[in-house]
Amino acid sequence: MKAKIIITPKKAVLDPQGKTVQSALEHMGYTGVTGVHIGKYIEIDLAPGTEKAVAHKAINDAAHKLLSNPVIEDYKLEIE
Amino acid sequence: MNFAVLQFPASNCDQDAVHAVRLLGHAARLVWHKDASLGDTDCVIVPGGFSYGDYLRCGAIARFSPVMQAVKQFADNGGLVLGICNGFQVLTEAGLLPGALIRNRDLQFHCENIFLKTATNDSPFTSKIPVGKILRVPIAHGEGCYFADEETLAKLKANNQILWQYCDAKGNLADSANPNGALQNIAGICNEKRNVAGLMPHPERACEPLLGSDDGKWIFESIFAALKNKTVAQAA
Repeated sequence: MKAKIIITPKKAVLDPQGKTVQSALEHMGYTGVTGVHIGKYIEIDLAPGTEKAVAHKAINDAAHKLLSNPVIEDYKLEIE
Repeated sequence: MNFAVLQFPASNCDQDAVHAVRLLGHAARLVWHKDASLGDTDCVIVPGGFSYGDYLRCGAIARFSPVMQAVKQFADNGGLVLGICNGFQVLTEAGLLPGALIRNRDLQFHCENIFLKTATNDSPFTSKIPVGKILRVPIAHGEGCYFADEETLAKLKANNQILWQYCDAKGNLADSANPNGALQNIAGICNEKRNVAGLMPHPERACEPLLGSDDGKWIFESIFAALKNKTVAQAA
């Protein structure tokens, strides 16, 4: 069982990495790119048999407190 | 006065902070991040460095150190706390200061001397800085771009919580003098109660002429004066 968390910078926050990669893509000739946002992907292994709802609640709490910074980042959480 | 300088794994400005405080005539000692108590302390300095390797986000892991619980309590009781560079990042992560520090807008690590304008003398961290004096102090960071949402920024301004801003040699808040893209050229702020402050520049590295500038001492002299007033008030 795994928890997968995708963390992205909030839209209002400057994302210089995304901007730099976007301009690199344009220089390479990839057209039609209107935005690049660079974030993080975290995978957490969970003990087999963990109840999904319980895991979701706990990881959601951890994502809010530690894994992401709600001032500058959004996250999506999936338990598989 | 007794200064407690925190020491996390990969703090690297801890000794500089201790040196600066002692040089200016006060006592300072290091407090290990696993200590749950600060001991007899008048002011806490959260120093610069790369606490916990800056893993996840700068300051994100350090904020959960046992010593940070003691710092939070110390701050809640009105104690003076100054975060320098990584220490500023730790204090924002811990929720003791609003906003966040993100990657410099040009993606480069900046290690240089900059100019700082003091936005207000109304704080324990700025009261002794001569009015109109432009401070020349070094910066050394890759993630010092101050960010806060509009509401937080409006609150910072309304409460006079912006303490220092990047400026040019003449004191103009020019964009070209902003090394990292910080909103409103913000280099340092304080909390609403004005007893917790953080700044990206390093005043502790500019407290003696030998190092090229002793402008940083004004920030420490402000803290000494605030602590002295507090002691006098308590004795009265």
